[in-house]
Amino acid sequence: MTEALQSLFWIIVFPGFLFTVAFGLFASWIVRKVSALVQWRVGPPLFQPFYDVVKLMGKEILVPQEAQQAVFMAAPLVGMAGVLLLSTMLWRITIAQTAFVGDIIVAIYLMVLPSLALILGSSASASPHASVGTSREMKLVMSYELPLVLAFIVVIIKTGGQLNLAAIAQQVPALSISGMLAFLVALLCVQAKLGFVPFDIAEAETEVASGVLIEYSGALLAVWKLMQAMMLVALPLFLVMVFLGGFGASLWTGLGKYVLILVLVILIKNTNPRMRIDQAMKFFWFYCGLALAIAVTLAIIGNYCGINWL
Amino acid sequence: MSWKIWSLKKSPWVFHVNTGACNNCDIEIVDLLTPKFDVERFGIKLVGSPRHADALLVTGGVTAQAAPRLREVYRQTPKPCVVFAIGACACDKGIFTTGYHMVGPVDKIIKEIDPNAIIAYVPGCPPKPEAMISGIVKALAAL
Repeated sequence: MTEALQSLFWIIVFPGFLFTVAFGLFASWIVRKVSALVQWRVGPPLFQPFYDVVKLMGKEILVPQEAQQAVFMAAPLVGMAGVLLLSTMLWRITIAQTAFVGDIIVAIYLMVLPSLALILGSSASASPHASVGTSREMKLVMSYELPLVLAFIVVIIKTGGQLNLAAIAQQVPALSISGMLAFLVALLCVQAKLGFVPFDIAEAETEVASGVLIEYSGALLAVWKLMQAMMLVALPLFLVMVFLGGFGASLWTGLGKYVLILVLVILIKNTNPRMRIDQAMKFFWFYCGLALAIAVTLAIIGNYCGINWL
Repeated sequence: MSWKIWSLKKSPWVFHVNTGACNNCDIEIVDLLTPKFDVERFGIKLVGSPRHADALLVTGGVTAQAAPRLREVYRQTPKPCVVFAIGACACDKGIFTTGYHMVGPVDKIIKEIDPNAIIAYVPGCPPKPEAMISGIVKALAAL
């Protein structure tokens, strides 16, 4: 009984829902503030993402007449459940070392869930703009999943076949040529997963009028916004754990690594124009694929001959 | 003041509707959203879908073709929402008062489907971005 209550506390309060939402809203404020500073303006106040979510909660929910209602309403919750689980798992591993063998594979699966929910929800909304957005999102998922998994394979080879996140987080694979290549590619894949600018093809506001999210309003849109804010916590944290050696001894170095990744993502977001979907596919499959083929080869050679910096 | 109105004032997301304007007001609205005026300070953000919007920035004197579209866009906007009539044409048809194809102005069309709609007026041909900011601030203060 107490164990169940404790798990409930973990999921709902501390490393789970409340903590991740608060942290995520703060992170999305950082994204907007730093973008504003890059564009030489003042930017929104600290509580702006919070105001946005509260406002959306208070608005009317409109469901299109033609929409598949149950799927349309359930998709945001499915997506948020996936990110919530991922985030709780990663924070628990960071704080209490409660890792298990194969959790990196579970995390890879949980990371696909938001995109799948987005595809489900938008294709249930019976809007032509949303269907264009859906097809773009699907192609985007197919293009970045391969390089992302290959990047994690590089890490697994570098750490000597470890499938346990706590064990992987003991080492720093990014301090080698293959690890660095894999880290850079994984950073770009995370950019695409977060739907930030060079890869915001599915949500393109100027062409398909927010694409996948076009028919969502009120509280359902608020759930999507919360999900995106929580992904802003979970995905950079996952990169920190896999590539940069985790939080290690001190909380501040860990947070520093997290902020480093966040700022890199924001700078990429602010200095690039949007790609077309065919350009994004070519970029991920051809260029990133090639880079990772080299990285995997280097990692295997380095592992076989015992050269750590390869 | 209910929490819905309080939070609406803190983050009004705007959607731009052109109902047959000469494009001058539209250029000024785009000016309003540039870094120089930085309306994100007040939480104002341009969104791509009326379903995400809290405020409709309507320009133009509403042509016969545009009137059904304007009604549809207003119905698609989740309530509570505010309508801003931007420019002389949107406020009272401007120089197109006697035009055979003009069925507006904006407030008449909106009130046909929702008599309790909240409508704010920003006159000018075109209104300056500063005038729009002033109009939005005054309208939100009056809510």
